[in-house]
Amino acid sequence: MSTLDPITLSVIQSGLQQVCDEMDLSFSRAAFSPVIAEANDRSDGIYSAEDGSLIAQGSQGLPVFVGTMQYSTRTLIEWIADGRAVAPKPGDIYIVNDPYLGGTHLMDVRFAMPFYRDGRIFCWLSNTGHWPDTGGAVPGGFSASATAVEQEGLRLPPVRLFKEGVLDPEIYGIICSNIRVSDQRIGDVKAQAAALYVGQSRLTRLLDRYGDDTVREAIAELRVRAAEQMRASIREIPPGTYTSVAYVDSDGVVNEPLEIRLSIQALGDRLIFDFAGSSPPCAGPMNSVLATTMSSVYLATRHIFPDVPISAGAFEPLEVIRPEGTFLDAQYPRPVSGCAAEVSQRIAEAVFVALAEALPDRVTAAPAGSSGNFALGGSVPEEGRSFVMYQISGGGYGGWAGGDGISNGCSTIGISKAPPVEIMEQQFPVLYHRYALHEGSGGAGRQRGGFGLDYEVELRKGTARASFVMDHGRFGPQGVLGGADGQVNRVVVTQGGVETVPEHLSKAQDIPLAAGDRVRVATPGGGGYGDPMTREAALVAEDVRLGRYTPEQARALFGVVVSADGVVDAAATEAARNIG
Amino acid sequence: MTSKSASSGIVAGIDVGGTFTDLVLFESRASTVRLAKVPTTLEDQSVGVVGALDAAGADVAALDLIVHGTTTTTNAVLERRLCKTGLITTMGFRDVLELGRRTRPNAYGMKGDFRPLIPRDLRMEVRERMDASGAELVALDEEALRAAVQALVDTGCEALVIHFLHAYANPAHELRAAEIAAEIWPNGNITMGHALLSESREYERGVTAAVNASVQPLLRRYVERLADKLAQRGYAHDLLVMNGNGGMVSARIVAREAAKTVMSGPASGVMAAAYTGRRAGILDLLTYDMGGTSTDVAMIRGAEPAVSHEIEIEYAMPIHVPMVDVRTVGAGGGSIAKVNAAGLLQVGPDSAGSTPGPICYGRGGTQPTISDANLLLGRMDPAKFTTAEAPVTLEEIRGIFAKELGAPLGLDAEAAAEAVLRIATAKMADAVRMVSVSLGEDPRDFALFAFGGAGPLHASAIARELGVPHVLVPARPGITNALGCVVADLRHDFVNTVNRPLDAVEIETVHALLADQIAAGCAAIAAEAVEVSDIRILPSVDMQFIGQTHLLRVPLESETPSIEDLRALFAAAYYRRFQVDLPEIRPALVNVNCSVIGRRPEIDLGLLIDAAARRETLDAALTGHRRVWFDGWHDTPVYWRDHLPMNATLTGPAIIEQMDTTIVLEPGARAGQDKDGNILITLGATA
Repeated sequence: MSTLDPITLSVIQSGLQQVCDEMDLSFSRAAFSPVIAEANDRSDGIYSAEDGSLIAQGSQGLPVFVGTMQYSTRTLIEWIADGRAVAPKPGDIYIVNDPYLGGTHLMDVRFAMPFYRDGRIFCWLSNTGHWPDTGGAVPGGFSASATAVEQEGLRLPPVRLFKEGVLDPEIYGIICSNIRVSDQRIGDVKAQAAALYVGQSRLTRLLDRYGDDTVREAIAELRVRAAEQMRASIREIPPGTYTSVAYVDSDGVVNEPLEIRLSIQALGDRLIFDFAGSSPPCAGPMNSVLATTMSSVYLATRHIFPDVPISAGAFEPLEVIRPEGTFLDAQYPRPVSGCAAEVSQRIAEAVFVALAEALPDRVTAAPAGSSGNFALGGSVPEEGRSFVMYQISGGGYGGWAGGDGISNGCSTIGISKAPPVEIMEQQFPVLYHRYALHEGSGGAGRQRGGFGLDYEVELRKGTARASFVMDHGRFGPQGVLGGADGQVNRVVVTQGGVETVPEHLSKAQDIPLAAGDRVRVATPGGGGYGDPMTREAALVAEDVRLGRYTPEQARALFGVVVSADGVVDAAATEAARNIG
Repeated sequence: MTSKSASSGIVAGIDVGGTFTDLVLFESRASTVRLAKVPTTLEDQSVGVVGALDAAGADVAALDLIVHGTTTTTNAVLERRLCKTGLITTMGFRDVLELGRRTRPNAYGMKGDFRPLIPRDLRMEVRERMDASGAELVALDEEALRAAVQALVDTGCEALVIHFLHAYANPAHELRAAEIAAEIWPNGNITMGHALLSESREYERGVTAAVNASVQPLLRRYVERLADKLAQRGYAHDLLVMNGNGGMVSARIVAREAAKTVMSGPASGVMAAAYTGRRAGILDLLTYDMGGTSTDVAMIRGAEPAVSHEIEIEYAMPIHVPMVDVRTVGAGGGSIAKVNAAGLLQVGPDSAGSTPGPICYGRGGTQPTISDANLLLGRMDPAKFTTAEAPVTLEEIRGIFAKELGAPLGLDAEAAAEAVLRIATAKMADAVRMVSVSLGEDPRDFALFAFGGAGPLHASAIARELGVPHVLVPARPGITNALGCVVADLRHDFVNTVNRPLDAVEIETVHALLADQIAAGCAAIAAEAVEVSDIRILPSVDMQFIGQTHLLRVPLESETPSIEDLRALFAAAYYRRFQVDLPEIRPALVNVNCSVIGRRPEIDLGLLIDAAARRETLDAALTGHRRVWFDGWHDTPVYWRDHLPMNATLTGPAIIEQMDTTIVLEPGARAGQDKDGNILITLGATA
């Protein structure tokens, strides 16, 4: 039992959190890549010197990195111990993006810096930033038809990019020779390092203030307490086994759905997550590495229990049985670009759906669960320029006990904003014809799902190739407790006036576009919560009046007979609902 | 044109807060000050305003100037009591206001609620289109526009927003549409998207315009009503209204840009802080205004409050007009303390608010709060709370602390209360630090300016936690916002976008832009009905390295900088903020800005505390002793602030009480006063 008073403990807890929040902030403000600067696709944290376990992580860090960085730091510590990585000196910063060493996909580049006190490593400061490109077959790294990781980009084992505070020009040169738009990377590299320096000076101040031993003791105690808090939360779940199945449309190469089978055993104060029976490793890039699979379980659990602080202790009561032999435990050289953006969200959906009945007041129906990556790379010869554009998009969230789902929410695993249409049109030769609510997409329920986004964009000049890595094109986000699924994602490409739907519905690569061609994407709506026949008729009527559903949909989905201007026919509604 | 009021005459500043309406009235010729505090009348704030003038015994007909801070628009926005407003926008884009930027309210938890400011059935689309360069792609369909305007009139909309894509690049369609709409619209409440904010980002610009439109009729009615009431009492001059940028504007035109008055209350407090600090010779301040439910923090550098153009006043509600950058932290006197599932003490974010409020309010509150902890530890005077509706005894509060917090933590009631204050202090210190860090500054280079009813109670502890060496407590912390109305400057902010690599910028263009901005600002100040003593010009540029999305504001020392000046100033500012140099990448000049500020004639803040009330000796200012907890009970002297001799110096522990607040002087801290009656606290070594 700790001798620390609970007050000092709380103060140190918020102090550690503050160090991480300041790292997050510095990283975003200094970054060049909009993926980091605007979309906050990055995370910073403090990790144990012994085993890399998570001590604290920035509250505005990308949720999917919540679990991964501790695995990557642990691997680094092991590699240093057995000589596979060079031992550090003060001022060194390691760079690593190998997905199989505790990562996500190649674009998520991790930096790790040992933090010294009195000549010994006290802890590690580490961060992850999503680089806009790390080489590979397609700009941006999301190759929908890659079949090996080498096609996805440059893979770096842990090497010291900064040696005693100085950037190694040789390693940096190798990196720059293998990635696109490399001239701006120096800014992001320095931003990523600057965040660690800021963390270093803030953590030094904290240790000076409270003393190394006190902080060390507090860290240990906080871990114990986070575990206790998670156990207390888990006790809300009646003991038993809860199962669910969630689907990924396809792997981008073979047009077959991938199945995530989840069984959660609730044993009082711990949960065992078993993915046995899930699909085997796939040919295309929808494989998930183990760290991402674990992290997805953690972030889904944290969405359910948002009050539990992020630290390794919080994960202790969550046991994930290694899903060997499935696509959720990808081994080299399986391609993995879709793991962080898509598969992780489907794992989270499986967790939500499995626990909905056990925790009806906490869990929501499934959210859209796709990052909606749409990349357009091309050139405008008459202007002598080439470009790579990314459009990410949101979708509807699931209904929940307290209300309807949010419309156009960001991905489950992210917290990023989408770029404004005006900025896209300033930077790229495109014209948007609509940016609208995906009408009718919210899954019906007592609390309905939120609505997706419906956008259409035209290439104005030059030629380009379009690639998509999205999901939920085949199956909509699942409803729970009697709620209906949300509408599926739809992609329609118009080339020379002819409309086509990609074979894999939500995934495609290198579709050629000429000036005047268009792409229309309608993203998924959230799943419904509870029986739609019990939804208040007035709420259905309001949605009809606002054009979110048609009167026909109101009748079919909710059993509400209502005119286009929102007047309910109460008698007809009662009759319709009684028949079911 | 209205004649210029001599600010050297009688000036009244009146601020309407959530609970109280405060007034400060300076009569320079007679060297007198009058103060009043009356309850805010929420239904019609003008009743409270006139009430405050009456309470101060003011002869309204004799007033030379009334400056007013109002929460009419703030409350309307936060409580969504908005006027029925319609939107006409580009075909295909009516849902922009509902879709937002693809976010969620919290990083964790997939729940929440979001209601667009304008409902979907009142958002109409018409054919028209500009591209990003401002070239017309589709002509404005004027017939469809007329029909849309008429349809919105028919539904009973009071205000109209016309918001077209890329109107910042070419406003021609918005201007034409507004012209047509004005023929049909029954009142003047038409807001064009580009009028308040001529920058790209359709969501932010649209929300800013929608906020403006949907509070415009309310504000217009309110200021007309108030001006009428004042006129009935013989007030013959222009009524001025505070804006969120810390400047003020005539009531005759304030409604045109109503969105600028949102957050004007906190801004005026920060203006008062800057003014007070400048007179005291303390130019760099972090302001700390703690109230019942929240705490506002802002930064002042070189006596200038930091101003932001990107404030988001609640989830997904950005208002992108220049406003004093005040950050609100969800911790106030009413923040609730509890022991969480991990057995850790937690303070906030839940608040008891003002109803039921802390236990000590006697309105049925049963959960321990920061205010209750202050009371239990003797920092606030228990006697003050005997006036509560249903008085609660200290014993009852002690019992609740022992049961709710002490028992699970293994502490007695006092130790639990102390723990609550320690956590609250750490949390608020973190918030202050985060504000300064996000603005690129180290809090230790600043003094803490404590105001609001609860600010001076906690300021010393927070300063100590931050390593801030000095705390300044102004003469009247509880009426700081009203004081801000009296001392606020006339202020006009200008932005012109250049957005070119620095190498490609013709410096003459920059000089010309600045010269135009300065001329426009001076002309605007000359047209106001207020005398100014001098005009200050604050030129600055926004720069970035090419490829970055965030901007760094770089103040300029001259209106005619050279390219090399810009390069060097930016590099230095960048290094200060991020501790890295980037010689590899070329910088770009994005915006050229200028604030033109008309400073009002000096007001003697020394008048705020009546010199005649001051006693000869410190002992004579002593009102008694009481037990106060600082790491154990201390028998602590209690002074009445208005009685303190000017040259008095005190060493803590001590309590200084006054009408509107209580100042806690911790053991070892020293306090003295300056000529304006500010108390300056110097903290001892870190505990």
